[in-house]
This record gives sequence, structure tokens and C-alpha cells, in this order.
Amino acid sequence: IVHKLIKLQIHFVLLISRQGKVRLTKWYSPYSQKERSKVIRELSGIVLNRGPKLCNFVEWRGHRVVYRRYAGLYFCMCIDEADNELEVLDIIHHFVEILDRYFGSVCELDLIFNFHKAYYILDEVLIAGEFQESSKRTIIRLLSTHDSMVEMAKEEATSIGNMIAQVTK
Amino acid sequence: MALSGMRGLSVFISDVRNCQNKEQERLRVDKELGNVRTRFKNEKGLSPYEKKKYVWKMLYIYMLGYDVDFGHMEAVSLISAPKYPEKQVGYIVTACLLNENHDFLRLAINTVRNDIIGRNETFQCLALTLVGNIGGREFAESLAADVQKLLISSSCRPLVRKKAALCLLRLYRKNPDVVNVDGWADRMAQLLDERDLGVLTSSMSLLVALVSNNHEAYWSCLPKCVKTLERLARNQDIPQEYTYYGIPSPWLQVKTMRALQYFPTVEDPNTRRSLFEVLQRILMGTDVVKNVNKNNASHAVLFEALALVMHLDAEKEMMSQCVALLGKFIAVREPNIRYLGLENMTRMLMVTDVQDIIKRHQAQIITSLKDPDISIRRRALDLLYGMCDVSNAKDIVEELLQYLSSADFAMREELSLKAAILAEKFAPDLSWYVDVILQLIDKAGDFVSDDIWFRVVQFVTNNEDLQSYAAAKAREYLNKPAIHETMVKVSAYILGEYGHLLARRPGYSPKELFTIIHEKHPTVSTSTIPILLSSYAKILMHTQPPEPELQNQIWTIFNKYESCIDVEIQQRAAEYFALSRKGASLMDILAEMPKFPERQSALIRKAEDAEVDTAEQSAIKLRAQQQMSTALVVTDQRPPNGMPAQPSIGPLSLVKVPSETVDSNPGDQGLTHPNGVVYKEDPQPPSQDIIGDLLGTLSIEGPPGAVAQSPQSATYEAEGAPSAADAAALVPVGEESGSVQPIGNINERFYALCLKDSGVLYEDPNIQIGIKAEWRAHQGRLVLFLGNKNTASLGSVQALILPPTHLKMELSLVPETIPPRAQVQCPLEVMNLRPSRDVAVLDFSYKFGPTMVNVKLRLPAVLNKFLQPITVSPEEFFPQWRSLSGPPLKLQEVVRGVRPLPLPEMANLFNTYRLTVCPGLDPNPNNLVASTTFYSETTRAMLCLVRIETDPADRTQLRMTVASGDPTLTFELKEFIKEQLVSIPTAPQRPQGPAAPPPPVAPASQDPGALLAGLL
Repeated sequence: IVHKLIKLQIHFVLLISRQGKVRLTKWYSPYSQKERSKVIRELSGIVLNRGPKLCNFVEWRGHRVVYRRYAGLYFCMCIDEADNELEVLDIIHHFVEILDRYFGSVCELDLIFNFHKAYYILDEVLIAGEFQESSKRTIIRLLSTHDSMVEMAKEEATSIGNMIAQVTK
Repeated sequence: MALSGMRGLSVFISDVRNCQNKEQERLRVDKELGNVRTRFKNEKGLSPYEKKKYVWKMLYIYMLGYDVDFGHMEAVSLISAPKYPEKQVGYIVTACLLNENHDFLRLAINTVRNDIIGRNETFQCLALTLVGNIGGREFAESLAADVQKLLISSSCRPLVRKKAALCLLRLYRKNPDVVNVDGWADRMAQLLDERDLGVLTSSMSLLVALVSNNHEAYWSCLPKCVKTLERLARNQDIPQEYTYYGIPSPWLQVKTMRALQYFPTVEDPNTRRSLFEVLQRILMGTDVVKNVNKNNASHAVLFEALALVMHLDAEKEMMSQCVALLGKFIAVREPNIRYLGLENMTRMLMVTDVQDIIKRHQAQIITSLKDPDISIRRRALDLLYGMCDVSNAKDIVEELLQYLSSADFAMREELSLKAAILAEKFAPDLSWYVDVILQLIDKAGDFVSDDIWFRVVQFVTNNEDLQSYAAAKAREYLNKPAIHETMVKVSAYILGEYGHLLARRPGYSPKELFTIIHEKHPTVSTSTIPILLSSYAKILMHTQPPEPELQNQIWTIFNKYESCIDVEIQQRAAEYFALSRKGASLMDILAEMPKFPERQSALIRKAEDAEVDTAEQSAIKLRAQQQMSTALVVTDQRPPNGMPAQPSIGPLSLVKVPSETVDSNPGDQGLTHPNGVVYKEDPQPPSQDIIGDLLGTLSIEGPPGAVAQSPQSATYEAEGAPSAADAAALVPVGEESGSVQPIGNINERFYALCLKDSGVLYEDPNIQIGIKAEWRAHQGRLVLFLGNKNTASLGSVQALILPPTHLKMELSLVPETIPPRAQVQCPLEVMNLRPSRDVAVLDFSYKFGPTMVNVKLRLPAVLNKFLQPITVSPEEFFPQWRSLSGPPLKLQEVVRGVRPLPLPEMANLFNTYRLTVCPGLDPNPNNLVASTTFYSETTRAMLCLVRIETDPADRTQLRMTVASGDPTLTFELKEFIKEQLVSIPTAPQRPQGPAAPPPPVAPASQDPGALLAGLL
């Protein structure tokens, strides 16, 4: 019955496919590796088996898991009982809208082959399990800046490579 | 979109996806892991690009669920790469693979700090994100100051500052001391003036954490929160990109309202008014629309507004509006809204005075119990459970029973437990309780735990009126062709004990009882056989004169089991056989079981102990822990002051407990906890008890009644003494304990809590004790919140309740230590037995370092808490007033030395004490008439009428007439009102020497509140 005085909002984020494949996990509370696997196993069992047209919340180990299905992918976030479930549902949808705008009609394959970007985008939406930015435009702008930084670094690297190649020729 | 440039990674992902089965996948992954491992071993030949690629592969493999136990170092080392692409990968992968407790993280602190204080904005962002996501205590201590600087820096761009705010929030969670309250409160208030809504949103989250821990330092933020909320709710000056489906950032709105809920109240009338205007607008202006996302957003705001309204203890009118709104929600089609409607209605139950309005929705809630969604069914069950009281228990429990047959398996156990607890708590009569439990066993035997049937046996044993009824019922169930084994157990037990009471009825002769029980014998398992054997032995004993035929039958059975492989059965069979040949001594030993000692309901204890570890764990059990960990015992009164109970008697034993067994119990078994009222669980399984009982029985034939004394004194030796010694070390209060001074005035806090139901009872530099109370009729449920304010544990925590004789109080177990910065909730159940002004006291002590602190605090379980406002019409008032004609039911007194109050203020005072002023009943404008209902176990609901006649010429005196149907109530209420009207007299000082008796042995007849007044 011991509660930490200062609680956090989202304990973890899980993206699971309809087949039970994990597409993204992000833990804001400290869970050991063993606990992480257990959580994923238990929650996939619960969430994937829920029928359509039910509410977006399930009760799990004294917590609430807010989830929403987009095509074959379930986005789940775990919060405390006293938290605002709908607010978190809004966060999920906001995240999906940003993914959609970034990838242009996002599909599961985008998230599989660009899983590292999904992590990066999530970091712009949530930090410390708390909501960070509600402006999609701000986030998208930031993402493209960073993408171009990676591109520039790559070009730089290749041009140096070319130079070295030419020198050593 | 292809993965730019990292072909190797794409190929690997494709390979994994193309695997036909799990085994192939494992092979492919193992191959890759081997490859990565070799490459890492030979790090020199690795280009930054390759390192990056392998680290991504590791993350991917890890995400698939495989153990990745190497390469962490490589990920961490990428953080210090000079170029953005590598650094970014290092930060992201580290944050995913490691958690805050990982040793490698420590290695990165310096690099991370350099990135934070460096000039590169992009690096700052990466570093802040990592620390925000997985920073631990060490990060907090070494980085908090730098992060704070970034947050308030005027040269930083919003994108850095918003990350700094959330990063600081994480660090604050890890160690609150890193934020210096004095300097930071003003900064925080300034941050709320922020123009950039991104930074404002993050800052608001930070504020929520800060105020949740210490609202007092942040009062200056309160009006700013209200302003922000106003601006958002009116959509003033909100950039388009910060609206979400047309709603100005719902997240910021929710956060702002969340922050406001951590302030105990909004005092400034202007701020309060603006806030209520906004809330009213939100409550009334939100409609259900077609677009699901818009709906979610607007209702996220709406539900938070509801929570804030509840917290602010709004006017009754607004509360009724809220309940009406919720009533609408629980009937809509949208499942999310339905779910949240039910959930919030449950929260609403904590608000006084709306229970009756909620009850109007009972039918709809029962419908939700059959919703296709288990989440919604759970909410409905929780709500029904919470709203159940004496008035509707029959309806609700019967609904639950009916639902039980069709309920899903996941819910059955919870349902049975709930139905059993409600039946126990609110049974209008005990025979109904027995009916309910037997039905429960009948319908869902597999889900009825042993505790449930043990409890019904205890009730029947302790209530003589119930015994023959229960026996008849048990007999009825045994007639059914197929019954659950638990039913066999409980029926056999009850018929063995009390079947003989009905011996004259047809069908109840010993022979017939034996036959009907024995018919079930072939179908039962070993765990039931011992009960059957006991039952047979009892039947045999009650067969007077003996019937040789029956005797032979039973003896044959005993004989058969004498060689049973199960030790328990074998022993019973052997001993019963031997005993039944002894005649007279059989009578003595197998006589009816003595009454069980009253104790905490095992059911509710079970709810407390319920492990949080199952997937199907429901919030209900947790709530049960928080709200009602101890049940009030319906039968005999337990002596106050928590007299030690007899050692726990194994529920299965049918034999009296002789003294030997008691003495053989080690001191701490089943005895009173130092807290006075909580019983420890008997660690021995019941079967061992039985063996002990039986062995004891054969050697001792003393009357069991005299037994209880010795263990009691033993308890004091064993447990009372050390605590008394501790207490002696710190008494007298006010001298030695001077080293730790309370914060705030204890008296004022107490008086404030007499008027409201939540607040702080006590605070000192180490601990804060808060109270939240809920009163319903003659019962109350208080929760003590013990919050450790320190970063070190508080030890030797003891809480002892000293109840006055008119209150029955049970405090759940208080842990011995409170971990650093943790809060422990201890529910305290209160039952009012009769009218009295005496006050209960909490004797609370703890140890901080070498210092022992002990305080005695009056508990706000005072007379007015058992009053319920009621408005009476003239048609009801006058006949009552006349019928209560004079003393002792109607008392009149002229009171002098009254605090002079204008009449409207006096009326207010009365209303706050829940005495409803009824204007217009008395034609004289200088007079005041009030009515109320008082609840206690002895008086039940009793109407009280009060009339005050004031003298406009002299406000310091008045004449008061109080009338009720109970003389004690009339007197106590009169005195109570008088105390409130006259400025409170200081209690006479009692000499308090060091030889004062330690509190645990204070005689029950004394009022602890009076004792305390003496101490103060």
C-alpha cells in the first residue's frame, strides 16, 4: 500500500501487432528485463483478445492500460488508476498523427523498417512519461531538421571518403 | 520509406520477417548476435557507421524479446561520439536498453553533462531526453542545477527549455531535494507566464509534481493556473497549431486542472468565482459529437473538470449537476464515456450528500453489470459495491447473486467476495446473511474461498437465534441432488453443531441427519472427510438415548478411517472412536463450540492480502485495501481498547480449545498487535490446530471459559511491555519530545477537521498525517495518510487508537517503517454505538534517527459527523416538537457567555455542523429552528430538533431547546451545541507526572479525549 509521493504519468508505451509482435517498447518506470518480458506477455494476451467496439481501457494489476488499434497495430500506454484515461488516448492519437504526417500515410512496415525513427519521434512527444508538445508542426519541423543533419553528415563522410580515395589513387 | 543508408539492417529485418517459424527466427537472431559480438570484440576495426548499425541491430533483437546481454558498453560509448548521427543512436539505444539502475549509466554522466552545458542545442536536447527518460538519483544530484539553469535561461530556445522542464521533473521525482523550494517557487510562478505553449505544457507537468509534494510553497502559482485555464477554455489567444480537433490543447487544460487539485482549496473569492465559471462552462458546454477524436479530447477535459469540482467541494447544486451529467454518461452508447461515467460516479461517492442522487441510477448501473465489455462490468461492480448501504444492500446483493451464474470466470471470485462482504456489512438481518452465503456457495462454489464459509460458521456460532435457522437451511441444501463440496462442508458442520436443535421436526432425527450427510460421503475429497467425521461424532453425542444401530454405523466408519493414510483423518477417527466409548467425557469434549472471538473479518483481510500479482487483478481489491480493510463486527461488542483475542481457533475444529493449547501458542500467534486492534494471521494451518486441540482435550477437562485470561497477560508481557517502555521514554509530552516541534497548531487542525472531512491532522518536520473521512449513517471510514517527508525511513512507527466507549474503531495494520518519501494509507473504521461527545485519540509514535517522537492527537470522529442534515416541513416539525413534551427528551437551557454572532452567521455555523436551519418555521425573526438526524447503533436514525431564541439586545445570551427521542442524545446534543456557541473553554490542567500510566492500559471507561485535553 506504499505509494510514491510523486507519481509519474505514463509507465510505459507498447506497440504490438495483431500477431503479438512487438514493434516498440519504451519504459519510463524502471522495469527489469524479466519484468519487461512478463508485462509484454500478459498485456498482449489481454489487449489482443478484446473485441471491437469495446472501450479503450483495460484494468491490469491495479493500473489502467489505455490502448487503441490502428489497422493491425495496437498502441498501448500504461497509467495509474487516478490518471485521465482520455487524455492519454489523445496522446496516442496525437502520436499516430505525427507518425502519419512524417511517413506520409504511415503503415506497419514503415515502423518495422524505421523502428529507430519511431523511437526518435516518440521522444519528441513524451519525456519522463509526460506529454511534451502538442503542436504537430513544431515536431515535424524539428524532425526534418534532424534528418537533414544526418544527411549532411553522411554527405560529408562520403565526400571525405572520395577525397581520400582520390588521394590514395 | 526505406531505411536510409543502412542496408545491412534492412536485410536483417527482412530476414527475420521471412522466417517461417519461431525456431528459424531464433537461429537467424543467434547468428546475428554472434556476428555482432565478434565485431564488437575487435572494436578497432569498426567504423562509426558500422558501430551504429550493430547497435541498432541489438535494439531490434532486444525488441523482439531476446536477451541482449552484451554490447551495452558500445551503445553507451556512442554517446560521446563527436558527430550527431552516432551520438543520436548512442542516446536512443542507451535509453531503451538500460534502466536507471544500470551501472554503465554512471560512466556516461560526464559526457551527458558536457552535452547539457555545451553550446550545441541539438546535443542538449539529446542529453535532456536521456536524463528525462532514465536518469536516476545520481543524475539528479549532479545535473539538476544545470537543468534548472536551462529551463529559466532567456537565451535558450523553447525546444530546449520544454525538455529541460520535463527532465527536471524526472530528477525531482528521483530526489526532491534537488529543487530548492525557497528559490524555486517564484521561478515556477514566472514560468507560468510563458508565451510558448510547448514550454508552458511541460512547466505545468513540472508544477503538478511540485505541488503534489508540497503545495504550500506554490500558492502563488494558483491564480496563474486559473488564468491559464480561463484563457484555454475561452480559446483566447491560442495559436491554431495548439488546438487539437478544435479544442485548445486538451493536455494543457487537463494538466492545469490537475495542478489545481493539489491545492486544498481556493480561498480568494475572486479566483474561486472565475474558476467556477470556467468549470461551469466546461461542464455544460461539452456535447457528445460524431468525431471520436474530438469527443475524446473534449471529454478528457470534461472529466478532469469533474474531478476538480469534486475536489473543490462545490455547492450542492453544482454537485447535483455533475451527478446528473454522469447519469447521462452511463447510459450513452460510446463505451469510453460509459466506462468513465461509472468510474467517476464511484469517485463521487466520496462526496457527501450525493449518495442519494446516485442511488437513483441504480437500475442503469445494474444494466452495466451485463455490458459486453469486462472493463465496464468491473466499473459497474465497483460502483455497486461502493454505493451499497443498509438501504439497498438487499437489492444489490441479490443482483450480484443473480449475475454470478452468468458472469465470466475472471470475475466470479471477485463477485463472490464482494457479495459476501456486502452481505456481512449491511445485512438487515442475520438470517438474510446466512441465505446469501449459502446461495453463493450453491451458485459459485468453486469461487467461494474457505474464508467465506468460515465466516458464516462464526456468525452462526456467535448468534444463538441463528442456529436453528441455519441448520434448517443446511438441511434443505443437502436435499439437492448435486451440491458443491463446500456446501457439504458447511452443511455438515452446521448440522453437526445445531442439527439437534431441530430434533423434534420430521426429518431431523439423528439417524436422518446422519443418513443425509453420509449420502454425500462418496463424492467428497479428503479435505472434507475430517469435517464429516466430526459431524458424525457430534450427532452420535446428541443421540439420547443412544441408538445402537446408528452407533454401530458410525463406529464402522471410524474404524475404517483409523487406518487412513491421511494423518488428520486417521487421528480424528481414532480419537472420536475412543472418546465415543467413554460416554460422559464425550459429552464434555464434544459439547457445542464456544463463541469465536470477534476479529477482523477474514474476508476483508483476504481482500487486503490479495496479491497484486495476477493478471486479472482488479482495482477493487486495491480499493478494498485502501478503504475498508477491517470490517465492523456485527455481533457481540468487543471490549474497547483492543483487548487481546483468544488465540485463533482453526475454523475446522469442532472441539473446544483447552488451556493447554492456548499456552502452547507462542506469544505472538493470533494475538493482538501492538496497534491494539488488528489480529495477526495465525501462521499455523488449521489442521495442525486440530491435532493440538485433540491432544489437549484428552488430558485436560477444565472449563474453557477460564482460559482466556492467561494469554492476555502474556500479551502484555510479550508485546505491551516494550511499547510501554518506549512510551515512558518520551512521556511527558511537551518536555522530552520538544526536539521535534509540530508544524502548525494541532488544536486548530483538529477543529478544522471537525468541520471538514479531509485535511492535515498533524505535521512536523518528519511526517505529515493527513485524514480523509467518509461518513455514512452511524459508520465512518477514515483513512490516515502517513507521509514520510524525509529521505530516510521512519522506524518504530506505532499507531494506537484509544477509542471512547461509544465508538468502535478498528485501525488496519500500520507498518513499522515508512520508506523515504513514501505515503502509507491506513484505513480506520469507526462505528458509533451511542450518542456521546467523548473524543477518540490517536497515540502515534515513530523514531527518526535516535529521536523518538510521540504525539497524542484527537481524532475528528466527533458527534456532528454522525449527523445528517434533514429539512422538515412545518407539518412534520410541530407534531414532533409537541410530542416530545419535556425532560428528559426535551431540554431547555439559558446559555450565557455566547460568542456574539449575527443570526445569519449562527445559521451558517449550524449548517456546517449539519444541523439544517429551517427558515420560516419560527415566526419570530430572532429565533432559529434547526433539524438533523443522528445515527448510532443504539438509537438508529433519530430526528433531533433544535430551537434557539436569541435576544437582539444581548447577543451573548440565548435560550436553547433541544429535543429528540433519546434522553442521552438530547443531553449530548445540547451540550455539543453549547460548546460550539460558547467560546471553547480551556481544559483544566491535570498534573501529569512521569509516573502516568502508559496509554495502552488506560481504562476503557475513561474518555481518551479528556485525558488528552489534560495533557494539552
